[in-house]
Amino acid sequence: MVLEAFRKQKQITVQPDAENRDIPEGIWSKCSRCSEVLLNKDLIKNYKVCHKCGFHFRLTVAERIKMILDEGSFREMDANILPVNPFKLADYERKISEARKKSGLNEAVVAGEGTIEGVPVVTAIMDTNFMMGSMGTVVGEKITRAIEAAAAKRKPLIIFAASGGARMQEGILSLMQLAKTVEALARLSEAGQLYISVLTDPTTGGVSASFAALGDVILAEPEAMIGFTGPRVIEQTIRQKLPEGFQRAEFFEQHGFVDKIVPRPQMKETLAKLLKLHLQGE
Amino acid sequence: MAAILEFEKPIQELENKISELRIFSKEKGIDLSNEISILEKRAVEVRELIYNNLTAWQQVLIARHPERPNTSDYINYLFQDFIEMRGDRCFGDDPAVIGGIGRFNGRAVTVIGQLKGKDTKENLARNFGMAHPEGYRKAMRLMKQAEKFNRPVICFIDTPGAYPGIGAEERGQFEAIARSILVMSTLKVPIIAVVIGEGFSGGALGIGVGDRILMQEHSIYSVITPEGYASILWKDSTRNREAAETIRIIARDIQKLGVADKIVPEPMGGAQRDPGTAAELLGRSIAETMDELLDLAPEILLAQRYEKYRSIGNLAD
Repeated sequence: MVLEAFRKQKQITVQPDAENRDIPEGIWSKCSRCSEVLLNKDLIKNYKVCHKCGFHFRLTVAERIKMILDEGSFREMDANILPVNPFKLADYERKISEARKKSGLNEAVVAGEGTIEGVPVVTAIMDTNFMMGSMGTVVGEKITRAIEAAAAKRKPLIIFAASGGARMQEGILSLMQLAKTVEALARLSEAGQLYISVLTDPTTGGVSASFAALGDVILAEPEAMIGFTGPRVIEQTIRQKLPEGFQRAEFFEQHGFVDKIVPRPQMKETLAKLLKLHLQGE
Repeated sequence: MAAILEFEKPIQELENKISELRIFSKEKGIDLSNEISILEKRAVEVRELIYNNLTAWQQVLIARHPERPNTSDYINYLFQDFIEMRGDRCFGDDPAVIGGIGRFNGRAVTVIGQLKGKDTKENLARNFGMAHPEGYRKAMRLMKQAEKFNRPVICFIDTPGAYPGIGAEERGQFEAIARSILVMSTLKVPIIAVVIGEGFSGGALGIGVGDRILMQEHSIYSVITPEGYASILWKDSTRNREAAETIRIIARDIQKLGVADKIVPEPMGGAQRDPGTAAELLGRSIAETMDELLDLAPEILLAQRYEKYRSIGNLAD
């Protein structure tokens, strides 16, 4: 059943109207941190970063593509792989269809090829609007294919992680996606290809504990929540309140797990610089 | 005497009756061997009936049985000259993960496993088998050591998950697990992963990327505990029995899903009833598996390992 879905892959581009899909409804947005009221037009212009306090709003895939890839360069891969429901759970079926409606996506990750300042890359971009970016069979498959495509085409790989972790509704099959994606990364690494992992809010659980942690370079967006266990579960376990800033990108930069925190307006140029530094020897 | 689980009460009642009859027969000098043997047969039947029709939740209880043999027990039963190796060479030694070198059927091997305690004191010392990053880093170190000396690696999985705490996060729990999965992905010696109790979350997989995954008959394996599933997805932690049925955690299901390669039989009534026999059955299965793997050249071994995980999730049902 799934095999069939996987076979029917076609290369399609993101629909033009999809790129504008997530401009927030209405004219104004309120910053969820400082409560500043922001004109949506300005917010988009400022990479969805609050101009007052620097808070980074979460991005949709379409917004990320627009901000990072050269205009019109993105070609989506494996767009038609549909979600699977291996245990035929009614709850899950409902959540999938809600998520598809909410995000306008088929799954929690979009993969494809494009260029960044003219440098060709393979990229996979996760979207929290689809079941909090959780990784089940299909997300694992799409990430793995992106990694394999980068190796086969000898292109650098950039993955933008945004995920609460493995998708519980697919049980052990979700867990095994950690192994599947990491095995593929091992091969990419052996092929000498660059992999840049960008951690965005949030990157936790099975996604942080697999491909997201293994970039040759690990970048993070400011204040992104990162970690294996989410703060709520930790608080419940140790029965104490966690300190301010715990598990944020800055915390992990201090503890040695993130190379560099890059504010969103500088993300594209930073990636381009890194990509070009790796082109030198070729 | 193994602690009795709720659903085993009918067996226990029969066994109590049998011992009463024995005492009675001895005291009064009356021959009740006929009655006793009928009841004994009945007890066996009832046990088989119960154990052949376990619910997923009952499997959870068996997998977590406090008297179920743990990693340390299997090391004692199955490995000679075992020498424990401690520490991750970075931060410390994690008592939730035990590792070392021993002889298995005469061959030097590396053994790594999560170690749960059998009582509260032991469990506190072992952190209930929930590893910190240093546990995974110790495991990685021992795996690389095994590779250098061409020793197969055997991993025993028995954990509710990696430890959710401040220190664990500070020291990069996510990175430690990811890196350990990476090390296993490229390790040039055979890895046999065996789930002996409960195996949950990345915490289990952190030592679980084997060429073969074996599961003991009453062991369980999934992405999250039934309690976690119920409380996160249903916001109701009392629905753990239902969650156990929902998420497919029992060995038979994990095999059907293409993840477990073999199910290792246990003595009727679970490993805790007869740890010696359980160890013998497990040893036999590990030996067979190792024979399959030792014949393979490292390139073939790695290619097959890749294929095993690459194909998981291509459900053709």
